[in-house]
Amino acid sequence: MSARIEPITGRYIHLEIEGRPYRIYFEEAGAGIPLLCLHTAGAHSSQYRHLMCDEAVTDRFRVVAFDLPWHGKSNPPEGWQDEEYKLTSAFYVAAVEAFSEAMDLDRPVVMGCSMGGRVVVRLALEKGAALRGVIGLEGSDHPSPWYDNSWLESPEFLRGDFCAALVSGLVAPQSPDEFRWETLWHYYQGGPEVFKGDMHFYRTDSDYAHESGTIDTGTCPVYLMTGEYDYSCTPEDTIETAKRIPGAKAIIMKEMGHFPMSENPTAFREQLLPVLDRIAGGA
Amino acid sequence: MFECLTEAVTARPHLRHIGRYMRSSFLLEVGETLYHVTVENGAVAAVETGPFKMRSWDFAIRAPKEVWEFFWSDAPPPGYQDLFAMTRYRHASLEGNTAPLLHNLRYVKELLALPRTLRQEAGS
Repeated sequence: MSARIEPITGRYIHLEIEGRPYRIYFEEAGAGIPLLCLHTAGAHSSQYRHLMCDEAVTDRFRVVAFDLPWHGKSNPPEGWQDEEYKLTSAFYVAAVEAFSEAMDLDRPVVMGCSMGGRVVVRLALEKGAALRGVIGLEGSDHPSPWYDNSWLESPEFLRGDFCAALVSGLVAPQSPDEFRWETLWHYYQGGPEVFKGDMHFYRTDSDYAHESGTIDTGTCPVYLMTGEYDYSCTPEDTIETAKRIPGAKAIIMKEMGHFPMSENPTAFREQLLPVLDRIAGGA
Repeated sequence: MFECLTEAVTARPHLRHIGRYMRSSFLLEVGETLYHVTVENGAVAAVETGPFKMRSWDFAIRAPKEVWEFFWSDAPPPGYQDLFAMTRYRHASLEGNTAPLLHNLRYVKELLALPRTLRQEAGS
């Protein structure tokens, strides 16, 4: 057989989050230090597919990424049809914790992007001792809205093509067209209202700026990596966050936008590998 | 600068398809030059140059000429690569009824980028 088969495996796990059962889809590749990856709002774990095929990462890290409930191949909970999806800070943390426990991930590194890059701040605050470190991609410790809140009530937020068009400018002009459109396709695929529900977390329920200064980066190192073209989490947002967290390291990535791992995987790995080296070295 | 829209969209059936539900008129301000753009079912029916007296429009995008020039460059600097990047950093302003814009966001964004696209195509 000559077809190329990637080393990624995908499976389903059943677990409880806040006392409710969920069927969660996850993918993984590699072996070693657990590296748990969190996708952006309205998207899913495919954003990490390039990382999972990178032997420079998978030779030392067990890269695991799951689709949050309602996203990708993870189902919404039974009864979803009578509910409005709204991601809360507490649920997000509980979901990461439940998945991590169910998968027996021992002191994982948690790397999240965008809303995932925000939640890692809370994880470092509350669960730092159980983590080997956090990497916030396009992350900060407080919301920094770039459009009017009332837009969230527009019916367009029900549509994937609108979500894709909304975030399209967050991809850096230098990112290869193939991966630009692949990244945007993840947004085309989102279920109705899922992106809007994620925005509840991202815009109104994730302000950690008043407590992020208490993170113990000696126990849980914090790396914040942001693209210079990101106007959702701006480089200034990231630098200010890093200043509030003693010992946190901010890295501003040239010619990169809001989706580094999926929009320009080759350029991103150059930035990420030294960070993973440092984390692995300190393990 | 935006005079090219009618012909460029005509030559792009896929773009016309993306905007097929759009019926709207909007204002584009390039420094002191005003363009009034009328879109009918994805075709750019008219691009008129101001000044206008009591002309109605749904929404307006206003920016100095040098901002548009950054936007249309091959690799726009950070903050100039997208309509919302430009509004976030206050390089451009967005006014009026944003509904037709939201309904047809990819279409309008690609219209705005056409001067760059055409220049790049001519150079290639």
